Amino acid sequence: MPRRAVAAVGVGSIAACTIIALLITGSYLASPPPGGSYTQVLWTWIAANGFTSQIAFYLDALSLVMMLVVSFVSFIIHLYSAEFMLEDEGYSRFFAYMNLFVASMITLVLGNNLLLLYLGWEGVGLCSYLLIGFWYKDSANGAAAQKAFIVTRVGDTAFAIGLFLLFKHLGTLDIQELMHRALQQWPVGSALAIAASALLLGGAVGKSAQLPLQTWLPDAMAGPTPTSALIHAATMVTAGVYLIARTHVLFSLAPPTQFAVAVVGAATLLMASCSALVQSDIKRVLAYSTMSQIGYMFMALGVGAWSAAIFHLMTHAFFKALLFMAAGIVIQALHEEHDIFKMGGLRNDLPYAFWGFIIGGSALAGLPLITAGFYSKDLILWGDWSSPQGSTGLWIAGIVGALLTSIYVYRLIFLVFFGEKRMEVTHRPGWQIKLPIVVLSVLSIVGGFVNIPRSLGNAPAFTNLLGSALPEVPETRVASMTEGLSEVIAAIAFALGLALAYLLFLRWRAVPEKLGMSAIGQTIRRFWFRNWGMDWLYDRVFVRPLIWLAHIDRNDFIDDFYKGLARLSELSWRALRATETGRVRWYAAWIAAGTVIFVAMVLWR
Amino acid sequence: MLSGILFALGVIGLLVRRNLVFILMSIEIMLNAAGLAFVTAGARWAQADGQVMFIFILAMAASEVSVGLALVLHLYRQNQSLDADAASEMKG
Repeated sequence: MPRRAVAAVGVGSIAACTIIALLITGSYLASPPPGGSYTQVLWTWIAANGFTSQIAFYLDALSLVMMLVVSFVSFIIHLYSAEFMLEDEGYSRFFAYMNLFVASMITLVLGNNLLLLYLGWEGVGLCSYLLIGFWYKDSANGAAAQKAFIVTRVGDTAFAIGLFLLFKHLGTLDIQELMHRALQQWPVGSALAIAASALLLGGAVGKSAQLPLQTWLPDAMAGPTPTSALIHAATMVTAGVYLIARTHVLFSLAPPTQFAVAVVGAATLLMASCSALVQSDIKRVLAYSTMSQIGYMFMALGVGAWSAAIFHLMTHAFFKALLFMAAGIVIQALHEEHDIFKMGGLRNDLPYAFWGFIIGGSALAGLPLITAGFYSKDLILWGDWSSPQGSTGLWIAGIVGALLTSIYVYRLIFLVFFGEKRMEVTHRPGWQIKLPIVVLSVLSIVGGFVNIPRSLGNAPAFTNLLGSALPEVPETRVASMTEGLSEVIAAIAFALGLALAYLLFLRWRAVPEKLGMSAIGQTIRRFWFRNWGMDWLYDRVFVRPLIWLAHIDRNDFIDDFYKGLARLSELSWRALRATETGRVRWYAAWIAAGTVIFVAMVLWR
Repeated sequence: MLSGILFALGVIGLLVRRNLVFILMSIEIMLNAAGLAFVTAGARWAQADGQVMFIFILAMAASEVSVGLALVLHLYRQNQSLDADAASEMKG
């Protein structure tokens, strides 16, 4: 199929999806359905002895927002990849996988029961595997894809066990029905609620690359850049956040688990930000950044600020996809070069990439007032402080994280776009790449205006919209801080980070290098570079013992049984073969013997 | 009884001898032994069928000998030997 036709089908299908999503949004906002939600049942999938599961889609404000974000960002990225992947021989395969991914993600988001959600969940995991290992001829890519799949599989297993538990005790997997019954039957803090929500958390942690299952995301950058943009920034890794938001009742019934969600988020946030500070591969910085931003979302979920998490999910999708796409421009322009220390001074040659990074990076760091990231991040920070489940510690973690984010983002920008030019640009982007960058840049700026906090004008349209699906976070701990003060402190953290990055990476380049040369500096640098040693840890604890066990189990008794069968048939073959002598007398002798036996049998019966 | 012994001798000779001509002779002995059995039986029960069968057997023996000799001739031409074990190309 010619390239244009493939692109037309691949991008066009997602365009149609986006248009339909927009139409649905329009009609939902104009005339909201009764009860705030609309269920469309397609058919009954499984009906077996008391367990029914339907193929049914559930549209409420939450799934509406998710659907819109997923389809729109996917459309933009597909348009981008129509040009980006043009040179690749697997062009149609790429679009097939990407489209399958979008289909699975939409199923995940719109499913009305957990089994259908799990179907979408597995589908996106599969597509992630296929797309990470897209350039399968290099076995390192295959290994990265396997790592991604296996690590998320651990989470998926926890998820499945959680599903079993939920079905056993509540009798249904239909999400709304499930939450209704859980509210009735399980008291707050009951062991079953804790167990079920902890297992669901396990699944979410795997898919969203949080502690302790986060090791797959940096290696997943082996896939093509549009894949990283779509799957590992905007959509798949947010599936975990969506899952927790969807089943928020279960988490509200289990405060320890909810606290665990927040702690996991905060810990990942800090760890990943530290790791992002020392990375040299441009895509890995963005991968660690994704990890830490999803940590923010988890933190928000953990304190009960459900809509803040989804708000941040939306804005993050915009600016992270923008950042990845701009990074893709840089990588292609420099002939597949990923090392930022080999780049420099590109701001005049690649203006679109430069401005994409400036706008996306500032949104990521939270430039006050004019970027979407500022609004969503501050909503989360305020939720951390004021919610009854929040705590000062979480808020401080968020502020420190904002500082670190600012540092690493501007480090990246200064190293890649400022300074002296080291490599020549060979490839300039065309309109299919420039248009997505422009669109997402605009969205990264205005996307935050849908939810203006009280201190700046009080127009929380987004939170109100989601209020029909997700409960609002009550603000109880407003002791010494107001929302405005929290925002100011966050803005100070941002500015401090920017200043530090400017000083360290633009002005006094020698300082970080000297810091890095010292003994402590080197150890810390190595530690953070390797994702805080988690890969090493998992290798020692899980991978090596498993390989050792497989090794000593090579010749076990079950193998002996089957080998014995093979030996037996071989022996009988040899015996039979020995009678095929080809000699007539031998055959005649056997005939004679047979006759004798026969006669004997007849005579002396 | 005598025919039984003769038959057994023929079989043993068939199995033991390696020369093809001797194998043919052993077959003749076996045929004659069978014929003797028939004649004896005919005499025992005073019926002419025994004699009739013997003529049949004799005729059949003659034809069988001619075919057998033809086969032995072909085998000899092929393997340059009259050894029964030499014609073991169908082994394995």
